[in-house]
Amino acid sequence: MGLELYLDLLSQPCRALYIFARSNNIPFEFKRVQLMKGQHKTEEFRKVNMLMKVPALRDGSFTLAESIAILLYLTQKFKTPDHWYPSDLQKRARVDEYLSWQHANIRMKGSKVFLTKVLLPILTGQPLSAEKLEFVIEDLNVILKQFEEKFLQDKPFIAGSEISLADLVALVELMQPVGAGYNLFEERPKLAEWRRRVEEAVGKELFQEAHEEIMNIKNLTADQFAPELLESFKQQFLKLISQN
Amino acid sequence: MGLELYLDLLSQPCRSIYIFARSNNIPFEFKHVELFKDSVLGKRPAAGSGAEQPRAGPSNSEGTGKVSLLKKVPALKDGDFTLAECTAILLYLSRKYNTPDHWYPSDIQKRARVDEYLSWHHANIRANAPKTMWIKVLIPLFTGQPLPSEKLQEVMEGLSASLKQFEERFLQDKAFIIGSEISLADLVAIVELMQPVGVGCDIFEDRPRLMEWRRRVEDAVGKELFFQAHEMLLNIKELSNIQIDPQLKEQLAPVLMKMLK
Repeated sequence: MGLELYLDLLSQPCRALYIFARSNNIPFEFKRVQLMKGQHKTEEFRKVNMLMKVPALRDGSFTLAESIAILLYLTQKFKTPDHWYPSDLQKRARVDEYLSWQHANIRMKGSKVFLTKVLLPILTGQPLSAEKLEFVIEDLNVILKQFEEKFLQDKPFIAGSEISLADLVALVELMQPVGAGYNLFEERPKLAEWRRRVEEAVGKELFQEAHEEIMNIKNLTADQFAPELLESFKQQFLKLISQN
Repeated sequence: MGLELYLDLLSQPCRSIYIFARSNNIPFEFKHVELFKDSVLGKRPAAGSGAEQPRAGPSNSEGTGKVSLLKKVPALKDGDFTLAECTAILLYLSRKYNTPDHWYPSDIQKRARVDEYLSWHHANIRANAPKTMWIKVLIPLFTGQPLPSEKLQEVMEGLSASLKQFEERFLQDKAFIIGSEISLADLVAIVELMQPVGVGCDIFEDRPRLMEWRRRVEDAVGKELFFQAHEMLLNIKELSNIQIDPQLKEQLAPVLMKMLK
């Protein structure tokens, strides 16, 4: 039994992993875990990750959660090209800096736009609150500004002249609000250029394939969720939205 | 000009860096930042990826970008190189100063466990533990409003859930998170869990296994150093007497009121 990656491509961190592994020709078995069907709560999956989250990795008897940890594990185990996680002390620190900062910033704010615009209206049956959406979009805009000014600046990629884990992790997160219909790249030419560079670096076709589901998310309807989970999803997301 | 570390020991990530550097005898200049005294405008170190202005963004976030005014610490300056974010700084120091292997093991699986914890930490322990201080001390201090006990209850419940996962998934029956030796994971966890303790929510009280782990971590870094790093926090009541920069108070009050919602 070789490397197994447990993924749902609707999830941003799962996409980062999928793209990274495929782009580097890392052999793995794709184990699909459909969150909407509650497949992350099965006994079988709990054996892989008792935190019941995707992505998760299983490599023989070794199991691992958290996309950042998994990405770093793969770079080491499969000795991927240096630029992904540069051995240069300062460049590596830049990647670490972004990977740390993003949790509570790009990831959180991008997810909130997605939840507010797509998931909550479906789960609550309530129409989308324009005020709430404006609020979460503004929040995201502030973070995008910081991203451009502090992390990207005038460089082609976050760590410098080559793509690294930081860029991949950043872009898949930004695609979530894009899938939800907030085209944040539209009036941000520098960001749009960076996005093009990242897509090319990993392979346009692979990038698009990984994002096919999320880009069609507007077609989502309540009946695609396992009915017994609708209420718990709703509560979970309402709670997430209300957190700072 | 050698290594400079910009720290306020009231801040959890700052304590982990302080303890790590001192414990490993890493020579550095301690640049004391007093978050509640120094006006955040104009007095910041030029920490950042070469940016000239004071940093307004990348640094540890407690989940709300709006409170980024305070997020100038921790910061590292090593010659021309500046760096923010606790994890990044700890890793940089461990590599540059070749600290003992157990801090960030070269063994791929052990290292993955440390990475796993450091990642999970952000959205879990770090999402809740800091709020105890905001709610119990800072919000009343800054806004003059009484302590919102319902909000505190909510936060403690969230923290309890995270602590359960911490014990069951990360610590389990081991001495430390990765096994028999302390690593960055334990250090990052412990300083965060001391925050509620400092404001009177002793989360170790009813959790003997956690308390045992805490004792082991204190011993591993040095009890004296551990207490020295936590002195300010454990004397938090002194904070009430501090002259808060009025400009800061004005800026933060509306943000903090929002947190109360």
